[in-house]
Amino acid sequence: MSIDESTAAKVAKLARIKVEEDALPALAQEFNAVLGFIEQLNEVDVEGVEPMVSVTPMRLKRREDVVTDGDQQEKILSNAPDAREGFFAVPKVVE
Amino acid sequence: MTDLTKLTLAEARDKLRAGDVTSVELTETFLKAIDDADALNAFVHKTPEIALERAKAADARIAQGDAPDMCGLPIGIKDLFCTKGVASQAASGILEGFTPEYESTVSQKLEDSGAVMLGKLNMDEFAMGSSNETSVYGNAINPWRRGNDDAALTPGGSSGGSAAAVAADLCLAATGTDTGGSIRQPAAFTGITGIKPTYGRCSRWGVVAFASSLDQAGPMTKDVRDAAIMLEAMCGHDEKDSTSVDLPVPNFEAMLTGDIRGKKIGIPKEYRMDGMPAEIEKLWADGTEMLKAAGAEIVDISLPHTKYALPAYYVIAPAEASSNLARYDGVRYGHRATLAAGDGITEMYEKTRAEGFGHEVQRRVMVGTYVLSAGFYDAYYNRARRVRTLIKQDFENVFAQGIDAILTPATPSAAFGLGEMTDADPIQMYLNDVFTVTVNLAGLPGVSVPTGLDSQGLPLGLQLIGRPWEEGDLLNTAYALEQAAGFVAKPGKWW
Repeated sequence: MSIDESTAAKVAKLARIKVEEDALPALAQEFNAVLGFIEQLNEVDVEGVEPMVSVTPMRLKRREDVVTDGDQQEKILSNAPDAREGFFAVPKVVE
Repeated sequence: MTDLTKLTLAEARDKLRAGDVTSVELTETFLKAIDDADALNAFVHKTPEIALERAKAADARIAQGDAPDMCGLPIGIKDLFCTKGVASQAASGILEGFTPEYESTVSQKLEDSGAVMLGKLNMDEFAMGSSNETSVYGNAINPWRRGNDDAALTPGGSSGGSAAAVAADLCLAATGTDTGGSIRQPAAFTGITGIKPTYGRCSRWGVVAFASSLDQAGPMTKDVRDAAIMLEAMCGHDEKDSTSVDLPVPNFEAMLTGDIRGKKIGIPKEYRMDGMPAEIEKLWADGTEMLKAAGAEIVDISLPHTKYALPAYYVIAPAEASSNLARYDGVRYGHRATLAAGDGITEMYEKTRAEGFGHEVQRRVMVGTYVLSAGFYDAYYNRARRVRTLIKQDFENVFAQGIDAILTPATPSAAFGLGEMTDADPIQMYLNDVFTVTVNLAGLPGVSVPTGLDSQGLPLGLQLIGRPWEEGDLLNTAYALEQAAGFVAKPGKWW
């Protein structure tokens, strides 16, 4: 499996990372090096083997379905690059 | 007058108890040592005011008696841990300016035990790297050098700043985190001890996430006793991390008897890699002899899927990273790119992430995105998770045969020069974790202990791997190895 520039561009788009046109060939090459390494996994017989879900077999804890915190709008917004009137501000999303 | 910076946690604890020194004196000594060591670039956010305030409180607590072991002991915190009101960037440009409104559970536990935070430590960006060269703060430098050669060496990664700081006596100990070897490899590169506990021992809450099914915090210390003391203060069940285990935390230090008679130590043949340097081979053989001389039974074992651990890791870790790092969108915290007229929200995401993430992080996020994308999910991600099951079964099988611990080299080489791997393809760098990454995939505890020097005078470490939840027994075996190896070398001070 080899990745070409258009696939690299597609992956960058999916990952929401802007990659300039002229950087695509090098990126595709790097993907191919990593994926070539990963290809070794095809040698392993995994027939009938369950994919691991949790490394430690344990039942996840449950807790009472109650509100445990809240009312901290100011704290939540304190690190926002752009917060206005108690909201996160972003560029226009809907025309 | 003893040099206070050279103390271990245990020695400093005992001196504080005896009234030979105060936490304020200790703290001031370390703050000065840190200011004198900017050349190492280990501490990237210094917190002297917080340190002195906590030191005063610790002295008061000690005077009242009944203070916990860590009370008054100055330590460093890896930048991956969120610390309230103190910059916590995971060494990434995308978290520039981020000051959390909350404290990670592990650093909170340390604070509650009275430990004194001196500052935040350098690391690879989002803990992705093995040389500390992906940090937005620039490289951390290893205090060790090759003989008289003044070439700068890597302290390893990702917990490179933690390792450099402990090795250079800038703090008594430090927190690290380990996703594929990020505590054990830098510990080995700097001649210190580092333990990654069983997955679930330490809460991950408030620790910036890289690969959630692999990440674990642990202590990086000057010796095994200190690792036992600090680990006990770090672990325990936390309601805020549903994967943290609800098991009692033993007194690990009390388990250090040094008696390992009758213990079965496995030597896995698959770790004898082609082209393994003779020095590493000898270190391993010497360590085996030491454990045997201490009364352990040495057993040759096989972990047949070892070879596939790194490729499985480089599917699973990037997949989880691509998902975890999706949160960095320029909306809620950290960096947002300056937008051009007409740019919409998609451009904001794409420009922000391109500017904020470094090269290695971008590559891993994109590899993760690819292996999780429609059409490849089964071929890559599900296959890797199946292989992970097999790797864990390998360990379960040898433990079922009665093996108590497994001895391997910690790293395939001593510390290498900064910049030496720049032109290598990424796989060369990934090979640093070849002996450590299996342990994360299987969720087991693993400890790196310094046991020798190479021909250039650089430290080398061995790794012991234990049964799940048996960190106490594992640390005791590490203690026996440490006693036998008698590693006392320290880097000469040049900074």
